[in-house]
Amino acid sequence: MSAEAFLRISNLVKDFDGHRAVDSVSIDIAQGEVFALLGPSGCGKTTLLRMLAGFETPTSGTITLAGRDLAGLPPYSRPMNMMFQSYALFPHLSAFDNVAFGLRRDRLPKAEVTARVEAMLKLVQLGAFAKRKPHQLSGGQQQRVALARCLAKKPQLLLLDEPLGALDRKLREETQIELANIVHDVGVTCVMVTHDQEEAMTMASRIAVMSEGRFLQVGAPAEIYDTPASRFVADFIGNVNLMQGTVAEAGADQTAVDCGDVRHRIGRAVAVTTGATVTVALRPEKIRIAHETAAVGSVNSARGVIKDMAYFGSFTVYHLRLDSGRVLKISQSNSERQAGPALTWDDPVTATWSDTAQVVLTQ
Amino acid sequence: MTGRRAVIGVPYAWLLVFFLLPFLVVARISISEMQGATIIFGPRFDNYLLLVQDDLYLRTYLSSLKYAAVTTLLCLLIGYPFAYFMARARASLQPALLMLVMLPFWTSFLLRVYAWKSLLTEQGLLANAIEAIGLDQTLTALGLIPGPGQLMNTPFSLVLGMTYTYLPFMILPLYSNLAKMDLRLLEAAADLGASAWTAFWRVTVPLSRAGIVAGTMLVFIPCVGEYVIPELLGGPQTQMIGRTLWDEFFSNNDWPMACAVAVTMVLLVIVPVAVFGRYQAEANEGRTA
Repeated sequence: MSAEAFLRISNLVKDFDGHRAVDSVSIDIAQGEVFALLGPSGCGKTTLLRMLAGFETPTSGTITLAGRDLAGLPPYSRPMNMMFQSYALFPHLSAFDNVAFGLRRDRLPKAEVTARVEAMLKLVQLGAFAKRKPHQLSGGQQQRVALARCLAKKPQLLLLDEPLGALDRKLREETQIELANIVHDVGVTCVMVTHDQEEAMTMASRIAVMSEGRFLQVGAPAEIYDTPASRFVADFIGNVNLMQGTVAEAGADQTAVDCGDVRHRIGRAVAVTTGATVTVALRPEKIRIAHETAAVGSVNSARGVIKDMAYFGSFTVYHLRLDSGRVLKISQSNSERQAGPALTWDDPVTATWSDTAQVVLTQ
Repeated sequence: MTGRRAVIGVPYAWLLVFFLLPFLVVARISISEMQGATIIFGPRFDNYLLLVQDDLYLRTYLSSLKYAAVTTLLCLLIGYPFAYFMARARASLQPALLMLVMLPFWTSFLLRVYAWKSLLTEQGLLANAIEAIGLDQTLTALGLIPGPGQLMNTPFSLVLGMTYTYLPFMILPLYSNLAKMDLRLLEAAADLGASAWTAFWRVTVPLSRAGIVAGTMLVFIPCVGEYVIPELLGGPQTQMIGRTLWDEFFSNNDWPMACAVAVTMVLLVIVPVAVFGRYQAEANEGRTA
């Protein structure tokens, strides 16, 4: 644990009627960091966020913010603000009054409240909508009012609960980057909860993958994606081919794993012993395919027939059936228009990948 | 389409036949004249003139409005916290609590008012209890009863009876409104620095306005024209318009005057309610969507 931790969570536990929702979670979060709690529903991420906000009391463990223990502090005295899932905007108040709500509770002078609210609405580009009630705003505008409302009090910590969950896909992509920019510009430390890995990856500087109340892996987005520590993480983040096999060779700069009809050669040492059962994870986009007739010069290869394909515009996904019946998911970016002879259903093809593409998982 | 028309049409036809037509008959009589036992149509407006000139009527109207307002306020003060905690009670408990609120309707309203009579009369159960704790001294000091030991036929017994009778009509709309409220709004208020008390006044109360208005109307309007409770529990001090109506009809046999009183009462209640309702509809436009 680093000494300069801004938010420190130590051995936090929350039990609900004998069910352990959060199971001894510890983490240090630095000032200015955007930290995402990522996991499927029911993994305890929202409970953890609600304990930070003060809506749930931890069964045991401590939360310290800037050196101050938050235990016993009610939500209204905590120096943090939360953006609720689907926003919880006050329906009877205008956008302006929604944003001003927190400032007025602090009994700030009227002129200061007005100035701050106007600055906040400008920040989220809603200056012209100050007088509108929430039901007169679109989903994206409501989301920005909610953001302005929880930033208005200049919180030391910003909590986001599924910040983009209520938006449709197109709007989500635009808003994601905008939200990330605003949070970055304001420089506020942020803890967000999401079940959407894309959302976590675009917004967060660090991600904690949660399952059954525990942190399975904590790291930067690229680290979690490229070197998942377990089958669950590899499977939860993005698409992956998981192949179980036996370690055939565990050398100093070479490892080999036999997975039935595929023999994985890995160009580095892996902390496994020969004969151990392991899982090899291989991302679909790290595999190349070509017609069998094409020249093959790769250390890793597998032959099969295209069973399924789906065109997504910027990339195409192929399902390759190997001789053993195993299906390999492959994703090819369509970087060139109609490059080479087109692949189609039932084509016999060869899949190849480099010896740095795989990750060997022991759990 | 025809089915929909029938569904809307039947109640309207009902109201037309049993409310609007009788009301027009009453309005017509109010501008007529009594000659012996027959009613001669005028049109003449003497009765309305008398309503304004004789301050008995004005005082009675004002007194009716006053008792109705006090009753409504008491119902709101008692009913709001009741409805609030009912709406926040465990979900499994709520149907039972709702049942208890409606339980009095299973007994005749008249019987229940008579029961109050026997409770409040001298040596009545409640009268004794009130005297035992000295509450009657306080009530006397407040001018609600003429003296210690005299609880019946006073403003006190009247307002008590009306509040008791109309309380469920305040609780039910408030409960249905408060039960629908999104509780995350209170969390959002707390998160933004509002104490539970502030959140209640700034969020819960404004959002329950529709329930407050509905409950207030349901209590206030019938209270203004209430006849049975003032007759049974009220006294000489508590002249209300319902009793004046009765007197004009059945003691004085002056039907045109009685009708004028009735028409004025309806207008006095309907006009402010309609204006308020319109304002309310504008304020609420699209709110609950």
